[in-house]
Amino acid sequence: MISNQAPAATATAAPDGPAGAVVSRLRGMNVNVLREAALLPVLILLIIVGTVVSPAFLTVSNFAGIGQQSSALGVVVVGESLILLIGGMDLSLESTFGLAPMVAAWLIVPVAAYGNGADLSPYLGIVVLLAVGAAVGLVNGLLIVKGRLNGFIVTLGMTIVLAGLQNGIVKAQSLFNLPTAFGYLGAASIGQLPVSLIVAAVIFILTGLFLRYHAAGRAIYAVGGNPAAARAAGIKVERVKIGVYVVGSVLAAIGGLMEAGRVSAVTGQQGYGEGIIFSVFAAAVIGGVSLKGGRGNMVGAASGVILLGIVSDILDLAQVSNYWIEAIDGAVILFALFLARIVGGESTAEER
Amino acid sequence: MTSTGRPALVEVTGVEKRFGTTRALRGVDLSIGAGQCLGLVGRNGAGKSTLVSILSGLSEPDAGTVRFDGAPAPRVGDIQRWREWIATVFQHSMIVPHLSVAENVFLGASPHGATPGLVSWAAMRRRTRDIMREWGFDIAPQTPCRELSVEQLQVVEIVRALARGARCVLLDEPTAALERQAVVRLFDRVRQLTEAGVAVLYISHHLEEVFEICQDVAVLRDGELVLAAPTASLGKDDLVAAMVGEVRTPAPPTSVAITEAGTPGTPHDTPSPGESATAASVSTSANTPPGDVVLAVDGLTSDSARGRLSGVSLRVRAGEVVGVTGLLSAGVATLARVVAGAEASTGGVVTLRGRRVPPGRRAAAQRAGIGYIPEDRRAEGFVAQLGVAENITMTITRQLADRLGVLRPRARAAAAAPLASALSLVSSGPGQPVGELSGGNQQKVTVARTLAHHPSLIVAITPTRGVDVASKELLLRSLADVAEESGAGVLLCTDELSDLVICDRVVVFVRGEVFTEFSRPPFDRDELIRATEGLTNPAEGANPAEEAAQ
Repeated sequence: MISNQAPAATATAAPDGPAGAVVSRLRGMNVNVLREAALLPVLILLIIVGTVVSPAFLTVSNFAGIGQQSSALGVVVVGESLILLIGGMDLSLESTFGLAPMVAAWLIVPVAAYGNGADLSPYLGIVVLLAVGAAVGLVNGLLIVKGRLNGFIVTLGMTIVLAGLQNGIVKAQSLFNLPTAFGYLGAASIGQLPVSLIVAAVIFILTGLFLRYHAAGRAIYAVGGNPAAARAAGIKVERVKIGVYVVGSVLAAIGGLMEAGRVSAVTGQQGYGEGIIFSVFAAAVIGGVSLKGGRGNMVGAASGVILLGIVSDILDLAQVSNYWIEAIDGAVILFALFLARIVGGESTAEER
Repeated sequence: MTSTGRPALVEVTGVEKRFGTTRALRGVDLSIGAGQCLGLVGRNGAGKSTLVSILSGLSEPDAGTVRFDGAPAPRVGDIQRWREWIATVFQHSMIVPHLSVAENVFLGASPHGATPGLVSWAAMRRRTRDIMREWGFDIAPQTPCRELSVEQLQVVEIVRALARGARCVLLDEPTAALERQAVVRLFDRVRQLTEAGVAVLYISHHLEEVFEICQDVAVLRDGELVLAAPTASLGKDDLVAAMVGEVRTPAPPTSVAITEAGTPGTPHDTPSPGESATAASVSTSANTPPGDVVLAVDGLTSDSARGRLSGVSLRVRAGEVVGVTGLLSAGVATLARVVAGAEASTGGVVTLRGRRVPPGRRAAAQRAGIGYIPEDRRAEGFVAQLGVAENITMTITRQLADRLGVLRPRARAAAAAPLASALSLVSSGPGQPVGELSGGNQQKVTVARTLAHHPSLIVAITPTRGVDVASKELLLRSLADVAEESGAGVLLCTDELSDLVICDRVVVFVRGEVFTEFSRPPFDRDELIRATEGLTNPAEGANPAEEAAQ
């Protein structure tokens, strides 16, 4: 059927001539490129600032460090971006980020190291970690979509419950001496390149391609852009939404695994205690993912993550006093948000 | 146009407006005098909305001036001062549903008492009540607007305009959501306004309305004012000719044409809509022999807010176009939505080609073969920020994707192109966001999306609402053609009687029940109107539906 209709497509383009088609195509592309590259000037500016601040900034090892530090956050940002795209929000990703590796480690390490005595193999532990993520996402999705509860409140409550579980099962102890296989993702490097960075990059690229070229990925944009229209077009809106909540939480669990490997421990503080959800939202929104759903892409989300990573690295290198680091961090985020909005513009088409 | 020596109340001179490569308005001159009702007509995309937005002080013209009573208009964006001259009642309600009538009337300009900055509720309610009384409206100022009907909301918007002392009221498609009795009442209100010296600019797709209440009419075509004359001197054909241009065939440019400044009018070499529609629908599944029952509805009940259904049964045969009409809350839209699976019913059975359709599940209904053209295209018809091709193919992503679910944008564009050209959809390309298109083209996207999955039954609710004359004909024709060529049944649920010309039968609903049926075209307009009002029809004699109910 498709091949039959292809000639007709060229026929419709014909009356306007190829020039018109090319012009319109270029116009469309320019807008996209501009929007996606909106953070580029900010990133270049930051790299210049970093180079001035410290000679150690523009080195391979420093960038490998930034990559390793940011990749755990980055994977969570992918999850949150997907949830934002369907017009939802999930605050509990930060607790899943802590709880999933905690449950897995608890089942893996011996009783002496505050484990529960199951002595699971690290590989089974990773399966458990993914299952915990999926379960949390499923509960969130069912409560929000089927139970028609407000996503903000549901995930806020869930955040606290999960963080409580994270401390409760190990009586607020930290678990050290994780098996190498469990920590591999977060700790290992291939040459100078951290494995976590490679995996995070692959996740970003695959998700980006999925969103652009996969039927389910396109359904995510349709559902987020106008759920009623998507439903009228036969898209199973509820299924898409629940699926995205599950995937988002699984990604948060994977991010948690990376973080545990990087610091070679799972602490009670990981996730909720550190308040990483602020950075997750900041990266996604700076990267142009709309809080209203239906708008945003992985190029933007990735540049948001990179920007946050570079900022905190520069603050480290400049030896800014710990007392001031948060204020400066926040100010830079606000500034980047502002700049990205100006450069990227916001189409008003949907408001008309 | 004003015969007096005074300057016109509103005068627009040489107004130009561009959007990218599109020249939306080219040197438009227009004037409205006190007490005049001027009709403004034009096809979708002719520049009406742009002119409305300029006259409402929301956007600035690239060139030209707007003058009020001879003096330059206030700065664009200074809405408070602008409203003292012109107030617009927009096509889409600008009412905050959770606020009261009085608050909506004084939205953004709450009257204060002794202390500036503090709202005086008493003054706000009193003044609202006074204006209501003065103009003979009766809506209590404390009523929350969410409890009002569409007609009452419109009254609130008119009162809002009057409360600001506006000397010109701009009505943008005011009758689009009103039932017939309400339209009559609206016309009385408009006459009341003009008699009191208020100028009215009346924008409508319904030419008969323009002839009824406008003294003068102005026609926009491709951003130019092509005609301005007293309505008494014109016939309906003259207006249509002015709107469409010299070429009388209703074939606007093809799908991917950019509206260039240098090429106004209509290309002559486009394929006629009928031919393209044939090409698009030859491959449909025509395995139902003509005349077989496609849709069977039995004893359907619903207590939907859109209108109750109390035991509705009807049949649609293959290749048959069945019209369903009735007053606003007669349950016509509810029937359509229940059949399409967009909402659940409280009882009854929907059967498509002998198979029961699970209730309230749109995706399942679509898989069974039911296409759905929803009532409110903005709410359900398309995803504004996604492209034309993507929206059109949204119903067939499963078929277009390969085994892994990968979907190539090019395949999408190729599948969408024949439908777009069959419906003469005008866009800058398959990737243009549908939110940027004009209302008529958005509706074409919604219709194309439905035709794309080759449904064996098409459920359409008021498919031509807010669409210009030529597009209206084209959309109706395409539905009739699909029925004829693919053997699909069409359930056309509408309150626009002129849509019913393509129907083989028309069923009239009164209060959620089948009241009567007209089985042979042509359908007499007056008889239809009598039937929708629940008056028995002398011409049809015995009424089978009524007998069955007893």
